[in-house]
Amino acid sequence: MQGIYTFDAEDRHNAFITRQEEVRYGDGKLSGVAIAVKDNISTKGMQTTCASRILEGYVPPYDAHVVSLLRREGAAIVGKTNMDEFGMGTTTENSAFGPTTNPCDSTCVPGGSSGGSAAAVASGMVKMALGTDTGGSIRCPAAFCGIVGLKPTYGRISRYGLIAYSNSLEQIGPMAGNVGDVSRLMEVISAPDRHDSTTYARPYEHTPVADIGGKRIGLPAEYFGEGVDKDVAAAVRKATEKLEEMGAELVECSIPSMAYALAAYYVICTSEASSNLSRFDGVRYGPAVEKRRQWHPEFRDHRGKRFGTEVQRRIMLGTFALSAGYYGKYYAKAQIAKENVRRDFTRILEDVDLIAGPTMPTTAFKIGEKTDPLSMYLSDILTVPANLAGLPAISVPCGKVAKMPVGLQLIGKPFGEEAVIDAAYAYEQGVSQ
Amino acid sequence: MSGVIIGLEIHCQLKTKTKLFCGCSNDYHDVEPNTHVCPICLGLPGTMPKLNRMSIEYALRVAKALHLEVPEVCEFSRKNYFYPDLPKGYQITMYDKPLAERGYLMVEDDEGREKKVRITRIHLEEDPGRLVHKTGRDRAGYTLVDYNRSGVPLIEIVTEPDIKSPKEARRFLNKLRATLEYLDVFDGDREGAIRVDANISISGNNRVECKNISSYKGVEKALNFELRRQTNLIRRGQEVVRETRHYMEAQGITTSSRSKEEENDYRYFPEPDLRPLHVQDWLEKIELPELPDARRERFVEQYGLSYEHAKTLTGDPKVADFYEEVAEIGAELAATWVADTLLGELNYRNMRIEAVEPMNFADLVVLLRDGDITDRVAVDVLRMMLDQIAKGEECGMPADIVSSLNLGRVDESEHDEMIRKIIEANPKAVEDFRAGKKGAVNFLVGQVMKETRGRADPKALAPAITRLLEATVED
Amino acid sequence: MVSEQEVENVARLGDISIDKERLGEFTAQFNKILSYFDLLDQVAGEGDAGEHDLYNVLRDDEVEASLSHEEAISNAGETEEGYIKAPRVM
Repeated sequence: MQGIYTFDAEDRHNAFITRQEEVRYGDGKLSGVAIAVKDNISTKGMQTTCASRILEGYVPPYDAHVVSLLRREGAAIVGKTNMDEFGMGTTTENSAFGPTTNPCDSTCVPGGSSGGSAAAVASGMVKMALGTDTGGSIRCPAAFCGIVGLKPTYGRISRYGLIAYSNSLEQIGPMAGNVGDVSRLMEVISAPDRHDSTTYARPYEHTPVADIGGKRIGLPAEYFGEGVDKDVAAAVRKATEKLEEMGAELVECSIPSMAYALAAYYVICTSEASSNLSRFDGVRYGPAVEKRRQWHPEFRDHRGKRFGTEVQRRIMLGTFALSAGYYGKYYAKAQIAKENVRRDFTRILEDVDLIAGPTMPTTAFKIGEKTDPLSMYLSDILTVPANLAGLPAISVPCGKVAKMPVGLQLIGKPFGEEAVIDAAYAYEQGVSQ
Repeated sequence: MSGVIIGLEIHCQLKTKTKLFCGCSNDYHDVEPNTHVCPICLGLPGTMPKLNRMSIEYALRVAKALHLEVPEVCEFSRKNYFYPDLPKGYQITMYDKPLAERGYLMVEDDEGREKKVRITRIHLEEDPGRLVHKTGRDRAGYTLVDYNRSGVPLIEIVTEPDIKSPKEARRFLNKLRATLEYLDVFDGDREGAIRVDANISISGNNRVECKNISSYKGVEKALNFELRRQTNLIRRGQEVVRETRHYMEAQGITTSSRSKEEENDYRYFPEPDLRPLHVQDWLEKIELPELPDARRERFVEQYGLSYEHAKTLTGDPKVADFYEEVAEIGAELAATWVADTLLGELNYRNMRIEAVEPMNFADLVVLLRDGDITDRVAVDVLRMMLDQIAKGEECGMPADIVSSLNLGRVDESEHDEMIRKIIEANPKAVEDFRAGKKGAVNFLVGQVMKETRGRADPKALAPAITRLLEATVED
Repeated sequence: MVSEQEVENVARLGDISIDKERLGEFTAQFNKILSYFDLLDQVAGEGDAGEHDLYNVLRDDEVEASLSHEEAISNAGETEEGYIKAPRVM
């Protein structure tokens, strides 16, 4: 089956940066399915900006591995979605192309950084979308917009073509309105790739099974404690009780390393970002620099003008953390902390099959509400541990608080996406009856 | 000169087929700019490095040949700085977990004795792109970048400050180059294949770093200049400032650099897109080919050559190979002709030994060995052959050249005829001879050689002339 | 605590220009975040974090198709005789 997909849906939420009106599609598992791709994933021939002015007009001459897989399966790639610049944010407010709004309430943020992809799915413009998750950037907008989003195990999906923010933490992942579609998309994008030396060849081939009987589910105290909105915690507890009704066993547990997980996350991601973002010199691509000025002053001004404030802040933090005299205090310590988080999860997952908790400490807040950087960073507290531990984690809608969606987060064992999907599917099927 | 302390940091391009982190061709000479590039070596957003297996193989060969130890884990790191030729804004190199450490290379010191120059470490890193500055009024304000060189694999070799003189440094480099060529990992004739930074100090004074040296001769020149400069400062009671200086090839001097690079904090951290290396087992399995020193010793033993000849012949693996192909014509003869004659003629013409067909050369030397031509004619014919090759013409067979130009050795039976003619034409020489002047015979030898265009054998001429002169006296 | 001067030094090291007018506010936010990072001080141990279980990931030394010259320079601002133009370091 081949054809042309006409993409004329109205974009009321500013979900897209670049759109294609008419899209040719081919044969395959996703033949004719309208899919949106987050704008930090390279698409040959289609502008890719990372929602930044420093990449305005950049048209990649190559496809990301996952994009070539989508094309191979006949998907209709209808456009590139809005995001926090370079993935740095939790609300998609840090975009050079204006914020995306939440389809559930357009005065609220859709979450971030894959807010555009989430809004595109939640508003019905597309069936599925690709997002990326470095510290929660798929799961957060999935929770805030009431859709399903999966962050795969680190190393399961090729990052070749993903414009890097934090190489040791991020993964591309599927987002859709239901677990079944997330699973379908996961199948297509998980084919192995020699271009990415950090991947394991572990393709995902699975049809979701709604069976949770006998599964042990850990509930970490830290996910339901101080810092988490009481109503959100209650909604998620109720969701876990539903799982219990369906045959799962709930187990209390604790993750002591949560105390410094967020600090470790921000040290690592800003350090790596400060290096990854050094290549945008306006010489080979992107808006051009003035050739007749001297290199250093022009390069400095170029970056100062074209990077947004949050990106500049994170570059500065990362530069500082890696600088002489501070490496031991920050980056080296953060790596040990990361390993401690991974060990905590490994220990718990020896005893339980899955870990459950809220995806976010609150529901979506108002656009413009959070202005202090640190308080914004603290919103990531429940999502970053899965990135640090490299584990698969999904957010599935589990009700509403004051009309805004709440996300149930399920975290699984390394390469245990199948079990995570099954549990989410079981919940989704369970509540729909 | 006592108290001279020199350490070297050498970068050599490995001759793999492809670049270090991508599948682009590694050969960037004589191609149009920006034609051997891909998203990876151009540093396009979203790309990731893919480590070349052969670069590890080559680097481990070097590690083994230089007696280095390979640790359990090796790791690539990012060196962060900003420069127009560095597409990613960082260079992927190795920092605190290099490929190998603590080895040595044997080198001849200034007194002719063998000594150990310790190698601190070796590691792999990628070459940046190439900057081209064009002249012209409008063009001086910017630079042009060619990324063909971006990503070419480099091996960095760092020595301890064990070198004691500029000449010793030159010998170290020659020995290193020969070793790398023997390992078949390096092509020393390729332009830009080797770059050297040298550290030099005079005992008790500050150390100076000299960068931007890109030739073997340049190293000796730069160090000699620095030595003189520093010695003069010390003599005048002035301080040798601890700094980085830039070598200017054309003028043969070093100048103060004060570049931004000195102040740079490179913010090294492990490259997150690559995985570590466990290569101790790989090192074990590597079988080294015969290396320069071993080959030199074998030449002495197997071919009965002098140490000097063996050293010259084994200094370049291609020369050694060539020699072994022609050695059957007579080991000593071949050694003399290759080491003492051929190499000099090649050098003079800026030619490489690969341009010469060993059998052609052998045929020529055989003509000499068998007495068909004289020494002098052999040299002339060799020069003719090399000139032909240099012009791109096909090189003639030596026997053909000799016969077509009638260069065959003048037979002794023809001698007498010729000598009598010369004697008659040079009565003064005859008088000198009768007067007992020794130079007379040599003078006449020279005349005969001139007359026969070198085809007569001077060794046989002298006694023949003497005999005939004495005969005239008796008349 | 870092001073405004130190923040400017970091900006110079990172080759990024920071708005002078916002330097005060930026420094205050910077310090707040750095204080939060002090939570890492409670992490014990030095040296290496855990080992990767993936190592010796290598590719064969075979030439693969490059970009065409046109594709390579397609996004460049200015080119000259096939070279890509860049500002010069004096």
